[in-house]
Amino acid sequence: MRALSNLFYQRRTLTLLLMLTPPLLWFGVVYLGSLLTLLSQSVFVFDDMSMSVVAEFTTDNFANLLVPANLDIVLRTLAMAVAVTLATALIGFPMAWYMAHHASPAEKGFFYVGVMLPMWASYIVKAYAWTVLLAQGGVIYWVINALGLQGVLQAVLAIPVIGGDTLATSNLGRFLVFTYIWLPFMVLPIQAAIERVPANLLLASGDLGARPFQTFRTVLWPLAFPGVVAGSIFTFSLTLGDYIIPQLVGPSGLYIGNMVYTMQGTIGNIPMAAAFTCVPIVLITLYLAMARRLGAFNAL
Amino acid sequence: MRSKPTLLRVAAYAGLAFLHLPLLFIALYAFNSADSNYSFPMEGLTLRWFARALERTDIHEAIYLSLAVAAMATVIAMVLGTLTAAALNRDRFFGKDAFTTMLILPIALPGIVTGIALLSAFRLMEVNPGFWTIVVGHATFCVVIVHNNVVARLRRLPDRLWEASMDLGADTLTTLRHIILPQLGTALLAGGILAFALSVDELIVTTFTAGTDKTLPIWLMGQLGRPREAAITNVVALAIMVITMPLILLAWRLTRDGDASPNAR
Repeated sequence: MRALSNLFYQRRTLTLLLMLTPPLLWFGVVYLGSLLTLLSQSVFVFDDMSMSVVAEFTTDNFANLLVPANLDIVLRTLAMAVAVTLATALIGFPMAWYMAHHASPAEKGFFYVGVMLPMWASYIVKAYAWTVLLAQGGVIYWVINALGLQGVLQAVLAIPVIGGDTLATSNLGRFLVFTYIWLPFMVLPIQAAIERVPANLLLASGDLGARPFQTFRTVLWPLAFPGVVAGSIFTFSLTLGDYIIPQLVGPSGLYIGNMVYTMQGTIGNIPMAAAFTCVPIVLITLYLAMARRLGAFNAL
Repeated sequence: MRSKPTLLRVAAYAGLAFLHLPLLFIALYAFNSADSNYSFPMEGLTLRWFARALERTDIHEAIYLSLAVAAMATVIAMVLGTLTAAALNRDRFFGKDAFTTMLILPIALPGIVTGIALLSAFRLMEVNPGFWTIVVGHATFCVVIVHNNVVARLRRLPDRLWEASMDLGADTLTTLRHIILPQLGTALLAGGILAFALSVDELIVTTFTAGTDKTLPIWLMGQLGRPREAAITNVVALAIMVITMPLILLAWRLTRDGDASPNAR
């Protein structure tokens, strides 16, 4: 036993190999295996007549993505992902800044827990909460009525693209829910990035005569930017792949996720579903490559 | 810096309120006396939905399935996550970066990708969706959670702990058991708790790998379409929060204490 254990210590490569084999098998076989299975199906033919997959090479599925109806889905999802990313950064940055540089230690702990709890809270509970809040006669309508803002709401809902008949069936409502649910994923990486900016750097900037906004623009923002990019990886990727929120809140009109779900489920067209899955994979790979260049990986 | 900027403070607290108000309202609605409407202000408060929820066997089954899956997925994730953390914390080796990327992939890619990939593979192998397919899906993205917690602790463990123990005559296994594992204990526990909480909450991957089985989030999702008793949904939503939130707080405490004094002993 002792000899064996000392062998482990001396033969580091052997130990390494032993330690790596189980996770390698799991990720290599189960995860990458499935991923490759899926991707390989994207070039197969789906026979509409027999409703089955035929192992014949085709690029039709990808060509199909460019059909206006499908391209619409991709662009709609992408636009939402960008909008949500910007909104979470806008709301999250002040929170992260306050947490990192202005909160007292106790307050910082309070904020940290306050952001972390909703982040880990059940996704479906959060989505469900919003369907309740946004419903007509629900809390938000009550608040708007109490403030006498019905006219403003009507005006906003009348705007094409973002508006709709009610809050719950408008793109605005959907955007609100997405922003709510992914916000914590933006706050924590920014907070980590700002935490690393020494406070006296900002003081020095002020002492040298910079106005608060100048300090923000030329000192804090550039240094915190990798954190924003790190957070945006989550908000962007999570929005691109989501299909529950588009189903629960907002106008009809599918998202990439809904399309994948419909294709594989009711129709059983795995090849087309796989082709659709490639869209977020490609977009996120490009995004990750860009994020790596911007130094976001150090901020993760 | 010295004076707290009011504007920033207001913005920060407003953001925090935004994150919590919806959850508070759901908790409040669990006590709503009305059967199935969400009109606000509510008419009255009642506890009867809690009693009704306790009687429903479909809820019991969903809870049982969720807990069983989470327990199994957590065990697998703890084993695999600890192994990867131990391996990646050591020497540089060929393919280390590729391996790290592979580890992050299940959480960096949208859940729908993982879900449909697993489903298409299961179909190809003619595996029927059920308990084990859900476990496989959950374990895959839970590994990285455990890994992150353990590797953070390992990085802070000084090499001299190993060396001192070996110098004093302990062999590798003794060192592992008496020196390293106790140091890793809380990090491992925190990782396990987070993995468990994540698994209990996971919906997207599960919808693909569950077949006809209903975990708690899937049950809840089904309620949104055609609820049997709409008001009970609020009770279950509240219950999920009440179960997972203390776990998350506990995990946070465990890692924070470890951070504060990694070398105290």
